[in-house]
This record gives sequence, structure tokens and C-alpha cells, in this order.
Amino acid sequence: MTSPLEQKIRITGPSVVTANRTWDGTVVYRTATKGWSTDLADAAVVRAVPEARALLAEAVADDLGAVGAYIAPVEIGESGKIAPGNLRERIRASGVTIDLLPVPA
Amino acid sequence: MPLVRGGNISQDDFVQLADDAPLPEKGAVLVSAARFLADPQVLLQRSDRLGVIWPNNRDLDDLVPHLERIAVVALVFPTFRDGRAYSQARLLRERYAFRGELRATGQVLRDQFVFMLRAGFDAFDVKKQTDAEAFGQTVKRYSVFYQPTGDGRLAAPFRRLQLRHSESASL
Amino acid sequence: MYAYDEIDRTLIDERVSEFRDQVKRRLSGELTEDEFKMLRLQNGVYLQLHAYMFRVAIPYGTLSSKQLRRLAHVARRYDRGYGHFTTRQNIQFNWIKLADLPDALADLAEVGIHSMQTSGNNTRNVTSDQWAGVAPGEVEDPRIWSEILRQYTTLHPEFSFLPRKFKFAITASEHDRAAIKIHDIGLRLHKNEQGETGFEVLVGGGLGRTPLIAKTIRPFVHGRDLLSYVEAIMRVYNQYGRRDNIYKARIKILVHELGIEKFAEEVEEEWQHIRNSDLKLEAATIEDIRSRFTYPTYAKLPHMPDELRKAAHDPLFERWRKNSVSPHKVQGYSIVTISLKPVGGPPGDATAEQMDALADLADKYSFGEIRVGHEQNLALPHVAKHDLPALWKALDKIGLATPNVNLVSDIIACPGLDYCSLANARSIPIAQELTRRFANHDTADLIGRLHINISGCINACGHHHVGHIGILGVEKNGEEFYQITIGGRADEKAELGTLIGPSVPYNEVADVIEDVVEAYLALRATPDELFIDTVKRLGVEPFRERVYATR
Repeated sequence: MTSPLEQKIRITGPSVVTANRTWDGTVVYRTATKGWSTDLADAAVVRAVPEARALLAEAVADDLGAVGAYIAPVEIGESGKIAPGNLRERIRASGVTIDLLPVPA
Repeated sequence: MPLVRGGNISQDDFVQLADDAPLPEKGAVLVSAARFLADPQVLLQRSDRLGVIWPNNRDLDDLVPHLERIAVVALVFPTFRDGRAYSQARLLRERYAFRGELRATGQVLRDQFVFMLRAGFDAFDVKKQTDAEAFGQTVKRYSVFYQPTGDGRLAAPFRRLQLRHSESASL
Repeated sequence: MYAYDEIDRTLIDERVSEFRDQVKRRLSGELTEDEFKMLRLQNGVYLQLHAYMFRVAIPYGTLSSKQLRRLAHVARRYDRGYGHFTTRQNIQFNWIKLADLPDALADLAEVGIHSMQTSGNNTRNVTSDQWAGVAPGEVEDPRIWSEILRQYTTLHPEFSFLPRKFKFAITASEHDRAAIKIHDIGLRLHKNEQGETGFEVLVGGGLGRTPLIAKTIRPFVHGRDLLSYVEAIMRVYNQYGRRDNIYKARIKILVHELGIEKFAEEVEEEWQHIRNSDLKLEAATIEDIRSRFTYPTYAKLPHMPDELRKAAHDPLFERWRKNSVSPHKVQGYSIVTISLKPVGGPPGDATAEQMDALADLADKYSFGEIRVGHEQNLALPHVAKHDLPALWKALDKIGLATPNVNLVSDIIACPGLDYCSLANARSIPIAQELTRRFANHDTADLIGRLHINISGCINACGHHHVGHIGILGVEKNGEEFYQITIGGRADEKAELGTLIGPSVPYNEVADVIEDVVEAYLALRATPDELFIDTVKRLGVEPFRERVYATR
């Protein structure tokens, strides 16, 4: 298995590092303060390969905090709001796109 | 790396010899398959014990004729995901009746111990000290086994027949 | 039903405590993710898009009502109130917390359910005909042998780190409902001239990137030799299967590269060494397993009870009966298939409430037994015919009486991009849209038997290659596109589908499928020529012309 750090990093625009929290699997984003947040708004945004690589390295090192870290594209709105950059990340951020069976409240 | 033998961490009395290292006059040595096959006689003639590291992608055919004079066969787990050496171990024990030490080397972790014991390994080059220390506890995790192998443990089908037998005898 | 004995119970309890220790070591940092991954996979725990996913085995698709209730409990207590039944007779929970898993496993172990080897590079859940033991004309109950294999493959000391995953399926009926030709080892139970039980052994089937139909390696292996023969196959595979490339590591590639004759020779040579070993199954051993299966005590019932005669006046009941009720080997009884494909619903999903309610219905009407089929539907295997009207009403109340079994809206779909970290495109919303398009029962009935299979990536968990219509999601420049094949089938005449044209974007898939179906209605020779037979007779071309003419 190739470690994420050995893989070629290619980013085309603003990006974040995301992973799943180890103890429960929840989607998390790497923050600028060397932590994880479940809120994309808290994510550290990187725009160039060296910073992306550094952020990813630091995220991967925290294997106990979260697993499967990788770089994901985001879009930055006019107000500075961070939004997921593709369908997969939209699904991770806001859940499935489908109607589930109704569950009694 | 700690060596577990007979269930305990023990001193490795074998010296692993690089392919180009001079052969010492005395002492047990562990050599690669390549070095062994290049000149088996020179190694087998020594009075001290010989161990051979056999790669997991090579048939056992070239090794089998020498088994009686080899004290240790070390099989290799390049990663714990690569399970070829389990087959080699069973063949050595169950088909070729190898009675020397069968040593698991490479990425040997705690959670493989039971599988390895059942396949016929009796020595373990354990990667982590904590795993080596936990050996005794770990191998007690399982008390029942579904498959018959050559390790002497009574597999479920036979245990059941015995149980049924004693049940009907006591009626 | 197979009832665990003390040995079976001890083993799964020991497994749970081992996993509890492994999770503890992972959460304390003693194990890295790289080391832990294989251990969690061996216990059916994946990491998916939103969370961990937990896959629980339902060996050969047989469940007791007590077990189903416990699955409902897991869904409710540790998940979000749903379970998802898969194409390999497993159930998956999509939002499980790693820290909760040991408790969930312990709860399941109490009723004899486990998740061992539902993923990882080992032998997976042994699947079988969901009608095993009740199908008319069956040679014998294949679950006896499935259970023998389940035990043999569980925690196998030699084959727990194979080059890649390894799947068995067994059938004992002429009509193959277990899709044995798309498995690593497929077993067809039959009798030799002396009337002894044995198996035609097929090897090297599988879908994914390189879809291949299994080939017969031996036309008859005696039942007593089943395990030694299987061990010979697996030993050859363990040693020579490719480990350098994950996409070439399945046994099908080894069989394909060596050729079936050469592969068979290797197996034969190995087998001769071990066929008289402890693996030889004594009659007493087989009998011992058989004796742990319990069968209902059926009553002597009329073929056509009054209740059924009366209910026949209700067209809605009749519609359901004709669609979902199948003949049973015992007179006066039926097999009832329960569609988990309601209009607009996710294929194969059930809520905890539905599972509980169905468990109650199984107690009341089916000797407490439920079956799971690879089509992602459930079945009640022993329903007295006079109970059918009452059962139908009760099923309808809980949303489980959709009369679309084997029809165009009975769609098999993988979880796709909504859940799965491997997916390139979504599967479920495509299925949901199609069920809406074909919601009219009369239309669906007019179309007749038609299997649509959808996979969200080339790994083919939705078995798209063998769907009468197969839909495969791919990614093109960040957009979801879908390739459409027709003419595949998974049964005893298994065949791979053929591409009918260029891939189409997400929004156009349902339109294209409607066009394919329209083309079929126009092209079929008679109203009872099935879709799959029309494709067989005419080939893909006339479909391509009609569907792509205006595109």
C-alpha cells in the first residue's frame, strides 16, 4: 500500500484535508490548530502543493485521531464560506442524497 | 526482535549470516536459501546446527531432500497480509514430516500467533516486544478449532464425535 | 435452522473477546490503522464515506425470528434504525461507531450471529439458495454442506491471508438461485449413478474488473471428499495466486492464466496427497451437522384451502399472490418472497421496525424462519396457504407487500456513492427513479421478468454484468456517467451482458432504460417471450438502433 504521503499531490484550487475520526468514523476536517473538526467551516484551506503536503503529513501522523486522511477540493464562496468541491465531498459533508425509508419518530 | 520459542521469549542461538559473510568455524548459523543451495554440502558438513531461510515464493522441492539435517527452517512473512508461508509450514510439517524448528519471520504480529501455531510454527521472530510478551495470553484466546491440521489439537468434528460417543456410552 | 452447539458458541464468544481486545489496542494507539485494518476487515468492519460500516453474515441466508429481532436491535441501538441486505446474504449497518462494535458483536453472538470473514482476503460468507430445504425438486438441503463449509472456512489457519477474497456458493436445484457461476468456487449438488451425494465443482467465476464465468473443474466430487478437494484448490491458490496486483489477485485470474486444464492438474496432484487425510468427512460427521438442523413439523393441509379461494376475489391480493408466492415442496404450504424494493425506496433496506414486525410474522406464519436472497429480498419459507390472506394484510401494513418480485422494479443495487468509498457514481437514486418510472403494476406485469442490476463502480457489487439490464456508474471529468449493458444473467445459464452504446449522464439513465424496455416490447416475438430471450434471439444491435437512434 502506498502511503498517502508518497502519492503525488495535485491540487487545482483551494483544498482541505479530510478523514474519518478513529473512534466513531465521523467525517472530520483538519484545522489550522493541529486538530480535527466535524465542521468544514473550521478546516484549514491550502492552495499550493507544499502547504497541502505539510497539512496532510501532520494529519496522517495523527493516526489515533483520524484515519484515511486525504486532500479534498473545496470551493470558497464570496462571503468566504467553504463548500465541498465535488459530489463525493458534498455527500460526506451533508449525508446521502437519497430518500431513506420512513422511521417512526 | 524478540524470539519466542516454547512459548517464552528466549535467546536466539543462531547467527544470521549474510550471503557474502565468511562462514564461521563454530556456532549455529542461519543462511538464505540462495546461499544454502549454492553449496549445501559445505554447510551441512559443519558440526553445528544449520538453519535455512526459505522465501515464500519458492517451491519446497529443493529443500525437502535436506530436511533431516536442517535444524531450523525460517519461513517469511514479508507483510502480515501475505499468507503463503502458512501453506509452506503445513506442507513441511504434515507432508514432509519436518521435526526441526519452524520459525516465523518478517512481519510477525500478535494476531497471527494462533494461525501460525496451528500451521506448525513453533518459533516466532516477533516484531514488537509487547506482542512477544503477550504470547502466552494470546495463544489461549481460542480453545476450539474447526479444522484438522497437523498440530495435534482436536478439531471440532472429532471432538463432537467423541462427545456423542461418550454421551451414548453413558446412557 | 442450524442450532449452534457448545463448540460453535465458544468459538464466537472467543472471537468477540479477541476483537474487543483488538479495538481496545487500536483506540489506545497500540495498533496503527495499517495493522488494525486487516483485523477489522476480518470482522466485517469497513471504513466508508460517512462512518464505519459493519457487515454481518447470514450464512446461507437462513435466519431465525430471534436472530432477526437481534439485528433490529443492533440497527436501533448502535445505528440509525436501518439495515441493508446485500447481494451476498449479509446485512450491513452504515453508521456504526468503532467503539460500540465489540458490544454489538457480543449482542449478536448471544443469538449465534457473527461477522467473521465478511470482508478481508479470506473465505467469505458461504451463500446458498434462499429456498434451500423447501424448493420442490431439490436434490437435498444444501445448507448441511454450506454449514460444513462455513465451519471449515472459519478462522482457517492456512487460508486467512489469501491473495484476495474468496467466495463460495452452493445450489441443489436445477434452477440456480445462488449464482454459483459467478463465484470463486461454485458447487452444484447432485447424485451420481450410485445415488451418492456429491458436487460438480466450478472454479474461477467472478465479476469486477475482469468478469469471468466459472468453469467446471470436476464434474463429480463425492460429498466425503468435499473438504479435501476444496483445500487442494485453496492451497494451489494461496501459493500461486498473484499478490503483486490487487486487480489480478482473484482465483479467476490464476485459472484464466494457467488455463482450466493446467489448474485442474495442479489441484488434482495436491488432492491426491490429502484426500485420505483427516479432512475426509465421515458419515457420522455429516450426520452430526445434519442433526443440528431442525425442520418444521408440517401439517396435512389441502392444496386449495377455502381462505385462499375466498381471497382470490380480491384483485390486490391476487396480484400479490401471483407475484410473490411460490410453490413449496409440501402440499398446502408456500414460499413467500418479501420485496425490499418499494417504489422510491433504497433496494434491500429494512427498518428496525419492519424487521421486528417481520420476525413476529415469521413466528406466527413461518415456523419462526426467515430467508435472505441474493436479490436483496427476504422470504418466509413455510407459510400455510390458508394463512396467505392474513399474512398479506399484515405485510402490507408494514410496507412489505410490494408485488414486484422479479419485475423491472425489483432492482439489485450496490450502496454506490451515497455510502461507499470505492464508488464512482451513485446507484441507489438511479434505482429509486427507475422504480418510480415503472411504478404502474400493470405495465410492469406486461413487461414480465426483467432484472436490472446497478453498480456504482467496476467492483460490481450490484452484479451489473449479469443483470438482464446492467448499469455501471463511472466518473467522467468529475461527472457521473453510466454504461448500460443488456443480456446478462446470473442463473444456470450465466452470461455477461453486452454494452449497448456510449455511457449516458445521470439525468438520462432512466430515459434510456425506458427506451430499452420500449424496444423490447416492440421487438418481442410473443407476449411471453422474456426480455432476456429477446436479447438472446436478436442480439444487441436492434436495441442499440432503437435506443440510440435519436441520441
